[in-house]
Amino acid sequence: MNWSAIALTLRLALVVCTILLAAGMPLAYWLTFTRWRWKFLAESVVALPLVLPPTVLGFYVLVAMGPQSPVGRLYQSWMGHGLPFTFEGLVAGSVIYSLPFTVQPMAAAFALVDPTLINASAILGASRVRTFFRIILPLSIGGVITGIVLSFAHTLGEFGVVLMVGGNIPGISQTISIAIYDNVQALDYTTANHMALLLLLFSFAVLSILYSLNRRIWAVWPLHR
Amino acid sequence: MRDGGRPLAGAIGLSVRIGKTLGKDFSLAAEFEAGAGITILFGPSGSGKSTLLNCIAGLIAPESGHIALGARVLFDMAAGVNVPARLRSVGYLFQNLALFPHLTVEQNVKYGLAKMPTTMREERTATILESFRIAQLRGRKPNELSGGERQRVALARSLVTDPMVLLLDEPLTALDALTKSEIIEDLRGWNASHEIPIVYVTHAVSEAFALGERVVVLDGGRILAQGTPQEVLNAPRHEIVASLVGFENVFEATVQSVSESQGTMNCGVGGSEVILEVPLAAVQPGEGVRVAIRAGDIMIANSKPVGLSARNTLKGRVMSLRREGVTVIVTVQAGVSFEVHMTPGACQELMLEAGEEVWLVIKTYSCHLVTRKSDEQGLE
Repeated sequence: MNWSAIALTLRLALVVCTILLAAGMPLAYWLTFTRWRWKFLAESVVALPLVLPPTVLGFYVLVAMGPQSPVGRLYQSWMGHGLPFTFEGLVAGSVIYSLPFTVQPMAAAFALVDPTLINASAILGASRVRTFFRIILPLSIGGVITGIVLSFAHTLGEFGVVLMVGGNIPGISQTISIAIYDNVQALDYTTANHMALLLLLFSFAVLSILYSLNRRIWAVWPLHR
Repeated sequence: MRDGGRPLAGAIGLSVRIGKTLGKDFSLAAEFEAGAGITILFGPSGSGKSTLLNCIAGLIAPESGHIALGARVLFDMAAGVNVPARLRSVGYLFQNLALFPHLTVEQNVKYGLAKMPTTMREERTATILESFRIAQLRGRKPNELSGGERQRVALARSLVTDPMVLLLDEPLTALDALTKSEIIEDLRGWNASHEIPIVYVTHAVSEAFALGERVVVLDGGRILAQGTPQEVLNAPRHEIVASLVGFENVFEATVQSVSESQGTMNCGVGGSEVILEVPLAAVQPGEGVRVAIRAGDIMIANSKPVGLSARNTLKGRVMSLRREGVTVIVTVQAGVSFEVHMTPGACQELMLEAGEEVWLVIKTYSCHLVTRKSDEQGLE
């Protein structure tokens, strides 16, 4: 077993989930309730990682992080080193890659909240923030949990983006799936099998818990009412 | 209940003047005032009633106009004022009640008192739970309540905040008669001790009569009539008002002669030989009018009556008899088909049967001339 890869993968998934919870929830709220006419463009951008080959996504993330891009230069001048091939770079790539898995279940759940309840809350003097935390969030908690758990599980198993953005540096950017690939390349099928089995069992357990908690939840594509 | 920080400031009237486009060929253009007490907003579904309420509540922004509560401007297009819903001090009882399903009765009722000091909030909640007879339900969730209980919880929740105006959107539609009358009593009780405008949307005539001090009739986004229930319902000048308020007989007639000295006109009914005397109106012989007659205002005789003050005795034939509750509904063909309501006793005494020849007796003043929908603007 490659314990450093397992630890790194878990750490990556936890950090990514935390960031997605903080960023994905407001984004999901905005996508649900905005009346912006170009909203569909934003929806498409969020959903892109679902259909793009991870290598394509990873390639552009890498380019965007590189020293040629403003983002890359800004980060370099702040932190003293570049984003690519670091844990932070991996986090950035994974956040983008798992974004639809967080945003879509949440947006779908928010959209299912009866709009008259939101109106009633406003009539009773509640601000948007209070309405969100007292009414919308409790009534769509299933979708929020789904979004978090799915993005966690999804981050655990990603390969293409990680390889493009992080390379394959043990302890820094070598995740479980890359370690499995390494083992297979080295014809070490036993270790590969152990790691793969671990990932398989873990993913199965996560989804089982999710479905037992909430039977109405979809797995892949919820968005419209 | 009025122990909050807000001064009573006497009766505060609601004045509304708004315009709003709602679709290709539907727009809302309404202007009315509602003083303290219950104003019925009456009209068929799709007439714009709910939109009007939502504009007053601040859930929808009109495209033009002015909404004010006393001196407090809630919306003014020209001045760029649009007070958000949460600051309008409006109570709103939604058609589906909009109780928060994950909160208990007590939490629902308390929801609007978030900014109040705790002791005051508890006290206020306890008082209103008592007065709406829902104190024993405080720990229950909305899905554990009966329809009437849910209604009372929703009403308590919108009144506990001490709103400056109360909006009710067909709140009693789904209830049985007994529960309905209990809730109407609750509302009347509140109304007696709180001088605020209450705008009550309904399409049920019985509710309009039971509650309203003032009726505003809305159809197709326009206000067709307003006044006391008696004024509006007893003299419906519009066909739509007539059919809404239970004029079972509304039909076409052609003016044949006008007698200005008598204040009457003779009309041919439905292109037939039958002549009906109706009150005078500003129309010329040859023009068409619509006549509305309540089914309960028509008498039936089984032989031609003489010596009556009623000017219209029409010969007809009974087509059908049907009993609904304590009313017998008789259909009589006399030029057009008339619906006549009578008590079962009267029906038995006349020994009415289908196919029988009868006489319809109708007073001139029971014939109400109504405006056709399409002529509205012309006669207004």
